[in-house]
Amino acid sequence: MSATRADVCVVACAEAFRPDADTVVSPMGTVPRLGALLAMATFQPDLLLTDGEAYLLAEPVPLGAEADARREGWLPFRDIFQVVNAGTRHVMMGATQIDVRGNQNISALGDHRQPKVQLLGARGAPGNTANHTTSYWVPNHGPRVFVDQVDFASGIGTDRATGEAGRFHDLRAVVTNLAVLDLGGPDGTLGLRSTHPGVTVDEVVAATGCDLHVPDDVPTTREPTDDELALIDRFDAAGQRFAEIPNDG
Amino acid sequence: MATDKTASLDDLVGQLETGMTIGIGGWGSRRKPMAAVRAIARSDLTDLTIVSYGGPDVGILCALGKVRKVVYGFVSLDSIPLEPHFRAARQAGAVEVAEYDEGMFYWGLYAAANRLPFLPTRAGLGSSVMEVNPDLRTVADPYDGGEFVAMPALHLDAAICHLNRADARGNAMYLGPDLYFDNLFLLAAERRFVTCEQIVDDLAKEGPVERVRINRSMVDAVVETPNGAHFTSCVPDYDRDEAFQREYAATGKDAAAWDQFRDQYLDVSEDEYQQAIMKAAR
Repeated sequence: MSATRADVCVVACAEAFRPDADTVVSPMGTVPRLGALLAMATFQPDLLLTDGEAYLLAEPVPLGAEADARREGWLPFRDIFQVVNAGTRHVMMGATQIDVRGNQNISALGDHRQPKVQLLGARGAPGNTANHTTSYWVPNHGPRVFVDQVDFASGIGTDRATGEAGRFHDLRAVVTNLAVLDLGGPDGTLGLRSTHPGVTVDEVVAATGCDLHVPDDVPTTREPTDDELALIDRFDAAGQRFAEIPNDG
Repeated sequence: MATDKTASLDDLVGQLETGMTIGIGGWGSRRKPMAAVRAIARSDLTDLTIVSYGGPDVGILCALGKVRKVVYGFVSLDSIPLEPHFRAARQAGAVEVAEYDEGMFYWGLYAAANRLPFLPTRAGLGSSVMEVNPDLRTVADPYDGGEFVAMPALHLDAAICHLNRADARGNAMYLGPDLYFDNLFLLAAERRFVTCEQIVDDLAKEGPVERVRINRSMVDAVVETPNGAHFTSCVPDYDRDEAFQREYAATGKDAAAWDQFRDQYLDVSEDEYQQAIMKAAR
């Protein structure tokens, strides 16, 4: 079997969840969700995952089959905030903008009083980033996403995570359609951790609208194994992941 | 003789006033008191401050010019991420906002419900939420000296929530997966309204009594509004009407479609609305 870019991204998300034993993983988006399911089905069986509503799944089940799944617990929204405050959670959120310090914007573009583009609102991003491990999923890596400074810091980056806001701050990974980034550059700036198979470092740098620290040795994101590809196909038989990462062959 | 708190939608709207701060229960496009929202839409109420885990309640009232200010953590239709009419109102500069983190919003309701002026939280620290809400203050930990956000109580003049079942005395029950924050909205409010799918004599026969999370000390009036959360979800009674929601969302960028939507679904009585959606579904 040969892996598509979407499959590589699923595995990169799964790898971000590898340490998350007995941790509530909240993946926003199809590819991150498949990554969580894959991790739960393989190397991280102790990961906790909800059905997207209020129940914890006892086992990884295909997209759309959540209602029939065996449940191991109940986690309504109010209890999610309890988990946020307890810190036993890893969220992978989307981001309309991310800046060089890892600040994330999902609120609005332009002047907040009268934005050019109203987005979702801060949602849980301020509290998530102040309380527990946070990663981002960017299916459209480009210079309009990676910017010098976000218009609005919904999720806080390394420069804003001071005092109590920095006590539990932990930005683990930024998985994109081209690469895996982190905040491992000098002074907590964006760094390149790996490029996906077939993507060059130059392509990633060109698609990043802010400084990107490039180490001397940039590995290639690992390819899915055959077993992993079979699981991804089982969890997403309809190919919903290709709506996020088109399969251009 | 026990007090009967049953009322009509007109009674409910009659208890609201222009300029009020109104909390609306549910979450996104889930179990929203849409029959009451439609009743407000038909009324001459205006200048409202809407406090909501926002969905189409916020969008519809913004589109009709009823809203001065929205207090929110997000506004979304869930299966359609962005609420088109809220978006249009924001981009036109037509509404003021107080944007908080979702957990801060919870804390604000919880503070009000507990009659506390504020509650400390780590959520919001360092984020732009602090910058766009210049009234927000921080508070020093009196024991260890750390600095936290002092989330102010979100006091409400009125709150409206839609539950699956209620009784005439004002007890109410959710039958779906999540109460959301409905009891806190009611506890944070001066005038407290529950709309419901069905008013029954004995809630204990409808499901586990532990699901009666709203008791009559928290409710002033109960209105039976069958299918009253439409087009948002109200499981297990019904799922979200995704086709209708798509039709609604499409009116955000098409003035003619919005006029037609208004004509067909908003400038009509609740009975006419329910008839119109049954006809549309056939």
